[in-house]
Amino acid sequence: MEIVAFLHALLVEPFVAMWQNPEFLLEVAIGGLLTGVMYSLVALGFVLIYKASGVFNFAQGTMVLFAALTFVGLLERGFPVWASFLLTALAMIAMAFVIERLVLRPLVNQDPIILFMATIGLTYFLEGFGQIVWGGDVHPLDIGIPKSPLIIGGVLINEFDLVAAAVCGVLVTVLAVFFQRTAIGRALRAVADDHQAALSVGIPLKNIWVIVWAVAGIVGLVAGILWGSNLGVQFSISLVALKALPVLILGGFTSVPGAIVGGLIIGVGEKVAEVFWTPATGGAIEDWFAYALALVFLLIRPQGLFGERIIERV
Amino acid sequence: MIHRKAWLATAVTVALAFGLAAGPALAQNEQFVPRLVYRTGPYAPNGIPFANGYGDYLDMINARDGGVGGVKIVYEECETGYDNDKGVECYERLKHKGPTGAGWVDPLSTGITYALIERATADHIPVVSMGYGRADASYGAVFPYVFTLPATYWAQADAFIKYVAQQEGGFAKLKGKKIALVYHDSAYGKEPIATLEKLSQKYGYTFLKYPVSPPGIDQTATWLEIRQQRPNWVFMWGWGVMNSTAIKDAASVGYPMDHFIGVWWSGSEPDVVPAGAAAKGYKSGTFHGAGQNYPVIHDILKYVYDKGKGHGTRDKVGEVLYNRGVVNAIYDTEALRTAQAKYGAKPLKGEQIQWGFEHLNITTARIAALGAEGLVVPIHLSCANHEGQGNVRIQQWDGKHWHFVSDWIQPDRDMLDAMYKESALAYAKEKGITPRNCAQVSQAQ
Amino acid sequence: MLYREAGQFKSSYGADEAIFPIRQDRWLFAAALIVAYVVVPLIASEYWLLSILIPFLVFSLAAIGLNILTGYAGQVSLGTGGFMAVGAFATYKLATSFPDLNIVVVFILAGLITAMVGVLFGWPSLRIKGFYLAVATLAAQFFLIWMFNKFPWFNNYTPSGVISAPPRAVFGHVFVTGAEANSVDKYLFVLSAVTLLALAAKNLVRGRVGREWMAIRDMDIAAEIIGIRPLKTKLLAFAISSFYCGIAGAMWAFIYTGGVEALAFDIDRSFQILFMIIIGGLGSILGSFLGAAFIVLLPLLLERTPMALGFDVPVNYLSNMQSMIFGALIIFFLIVEPRGLARLWQIGKEKLRMWPFPY
Repeated sequence: MEIVAFLHALLVEPFVAMWQNPEFLLEVAIGGLLTGVMYSLVALGFVLIYKASGVFNFAQGTMVLFAALTFVGLLERGFPVWASFLLTALAMIAMAFVIERLVLRPLVNQDPIILFMATIGLTYFLEGFGQIVWGGDVHPLDIGIPKSPLIIGGVLINEFDLVAAAVCGVLVTVLAVFFQRTAIGRALRAVADDHQAALSVGIPLKNIWVIVWAVAGIVGLVAGILWGSNLGVQFSISLVALKALPVLILGGFTSVPGAIVGGLIIGVGEKVAEVFWTPATGGAIEDWFAYALALVFLLIRPQGLFGERIIERV
Repeated sequence: MIHRKAWLATAVTVALAFGLAAGPALAQNEQFVPRLVYRTGPYAPNGIPFANGYGDYLDMINARDGGVGGVKIVYEECETGYDNDKGVECYERLKHKGPTGAGWVDPLSTGITYALIERATADHIPVVSMGYGRADASYGAVFPYVFTLPATYWAQADAFIKYVAQQEGGFAKLKGKKIALVYHDSAYGKEPIATLEKLSQKYGYTFLKYPVSPPGIDQTATWLEIRQQRPNWVFMWGWGVMNSTAIKDAASVGYPMDHFIGVWWSGSEPDVVPAGAAAKGYKSGTFHGAGQNYPVIHDILKYVYDKGKGHGTRDKVGEVLYNRGVVNAIYDTEALRTAQAKYGAKPLKGEQIQWGFEHLNITTARIAALGAEGLVVPIHLSCANHEGQGNVRIQQWDGKHWHFVSDWIQPDRDMLDAMYKESALAYAKEKGITPRNCAQVSQAQ
Repeated sequence: MLYREAGQFKSSYGADEAIFPIRQDRWLFAAALIVAYVVVPLIASEYWLLSILIPFLVFSLAAIGLNILTGYAGQVSLGTGGFMAVGAFATYKLATSFPDLNIVVVFILAGLITAMVGVLFGWPSLRIKGFYLAVATLAAQFFLIWMFNKFPWFNNYTPSGVISAPPRAVFGHVFVTGAEANSVDKYLFVLSAVTLLALAAKNLVRGRVGREWMAIRDMDIAAEIIGIRPLKTKLLAFAISSFYCGIAGAMWAFIYTGGVEALAFDIDRSFQILFMIIIGGLGSILGSFLGAAFIVLLPLLLERTPMALGFDVPVNYLSNMQSMIFGALIIFFLIVEPRGLARLWQIGKEKLRMWPFPY
């Protein structure tokens, strides 16, 4: 009998709850969508680097932290917002140069897992470096967006989340234009398609890598500012990378729109699951649910929703 | 190339053997204290002020009084990064240091406490888990070397319910109210559940549980549910970034801050400052005072900071977690003083200091002499009671400072003692431990 | 010179297929065993045994487990921590439900249970590959930890969810778990288990099963075409790998720490073990040990060197510097030798064959 009751709680009651309270369902779904956008922001950085260099950049989370720490550190030393942003962006570009020269270039043509491991080394380095330069304390960051409740038609929406979504939208549009309309963008796409072919038509691979890492760094800066104003700039920001991973697999490692759509699906999925399945499971399921959801999508499409099709030859 | 690689391997091996072998020596009339701290990693914002407060107090005692009873206290910090493995390694490394070995150890993390209970008991070194760790270790008959003074999570949960009853106008008013617990989904966060469930049967409130999976950087779902359920009060057992996120999210769903009470690890400056103005009115439990306005803190400023030897910066002195470090150091050194009264003013062994802890009696007069009136509350330990009286106060954040908003609340000792005993005896049975007979222990001494 | 195999003739297939075909290797191995079994217990302090050697051995075991799956069979997994947790909690449930069962039997049973769980979570590997699979195994990782954290049955309804090892003896009064256990007994027990399992693994990967794994790793479609069944081979890799990880987890909880909560086996643990096998060398049993040594010992070394040299550095700087140097060293070693420390060792041996002559 207990099993029947459990199955009932698992398979029937959540849907009854949704049916009875559609407004709440909508509210949760919107909350999930907006959270998903925040995940996408972090996932975008991963995608950019993977797409152009085939590197699964474990250090992306730490780059987000490092950028946010630098930004807030400059602010605290009295720089105006625009100058801090610009200087941090410059720092991220400089970092891209250093990484390309000292890490990527000596490891060119190695297995993906070796490059992955190298980015882990990078993670340790940046964690130590960031904390030595800026300290281990938490730095409050207020960029002037209120986190006050906004009730539209009985549904609660957060002003901050809306701003974040708008920023993300702008960022994706800029990236899309950059990729589609500029010479560098075309070169990037060529490199992403085929390294060797790109090299043979005279695209300088090294420069492309620097550009991609720099762009990923700047995307990380934007993500860091938004997450930082939400959580306070502190070490834990680097942990958002774990939230971005299911987004990444679901959307596919190589697709910018995939990162966005993946983020939305994961966001809605995990929030709805967390809210409506808590009575049956005891709650705190959203972490593994996000991965399980991604896994289900993968079983149907092993390369992710928008990933490039894997062609296997012997 | 090949040659270089071989040399490299050799160099690494030699360096490895060299680096692991050495360590500085210590003089004889010194009491050694290992200090497990976390100044890096995700919980560093909380770990830094605590470690500074603790270190500054010991420095002050050494500078002002020449140590405790003329015995200088020396310490060595060991960075754990809040990581259990590192904590165990630090403990094992430092436990035999100094003329008499480690006098006591403050693990500074619930996880490390769990890992050390068995080891430290075997090594006869007192584990002082001040306001964290295993609540049922308060039953000293089963846990002779673990001290949970001045209050446990269970005591705090009971005190919270008492406070809510005061605010609502009596225990009878609790009936039909909804009380929610937002907790870090770990051993630490689950500590208060048993107490709150037990009390919900007694007083008839509805108890709602909202686990947040660590680290808790996104709590949208939790707070939307809370908005839907509208509990009358929300308690939080959070840690690190989870705290500020919860406060922000609570504000974003419009939950009234003055009905939101955090555990004492959710009530310090790093928790409320990142949330900005949203945190105004938020409350938390505590077992000591905040601010610089105590003679003992003045002494720290005078003997340590005026000489430029402080661990941190002057403006951070008096933060909640800074003062908690000071309070922890006061308890530890008072236990040492108590033990010295019996065994003589010389470096003592862990088991002698264990006696000191077990006979610790900090009276109002003693607190006045320490210059800590209002900072700490009188406490009296015994063989069976390693917690003390478990008094808790509620404080509130006004946007700049923490203020007390309640008097000291004494939890229900009878209920707690029975709960500790039951849980501790179950542990003893599983581990094959025969509890000490506390009546005999006190007679023998 | 030191390493000349000239004059060592093999007169049977058996000799040719030995684990250590060269005499010097056999001596070296025997010497290592003597040091580990006799010298270390005699000279090592409790600190060395309890907080360096035992975790090192347990990590090595887990690394062997993951190396079987990732290094030999080519299935990248980030679920190691979850599987270790299964081992730990299975051991706890078995040991407390059947107090009379010998602890060795309990460990083996726990390993078998973990193997079953591993097979279950290995199913997606039939369809998902590479980094996608790595992230998919994270689903197992997060789910398992959540499960042990959530259902109080797994920890016998203790209020905090922490499992704590009851005292158990291997035979007679030789306790290996619980407060009374002697550190030397603990060390020898772990060492014996690791030696046996490492030899078993070495033999496994040299045999038919190991070759099938490597065929799947190198190109699974090609392997399928020559008649290797991917279903059986991959799931067997998952099962055996999980068996090793399960026993490692059980030893971690029962012999090393004595009491853990599920979060001790969180995602960081999985990453840590993955680092070990990449640094040590994918597809090498020796590499698993070297990698574990690198990850366990190097941070300690980096932390203590400044102190040994007489510098008084605040711990937070020390810890951050340590993290930076550690990161830089990882990158450095990868650049010097991407195939890991095991490969470095091999190169060293090659060098010793000639030494001190240039040719």
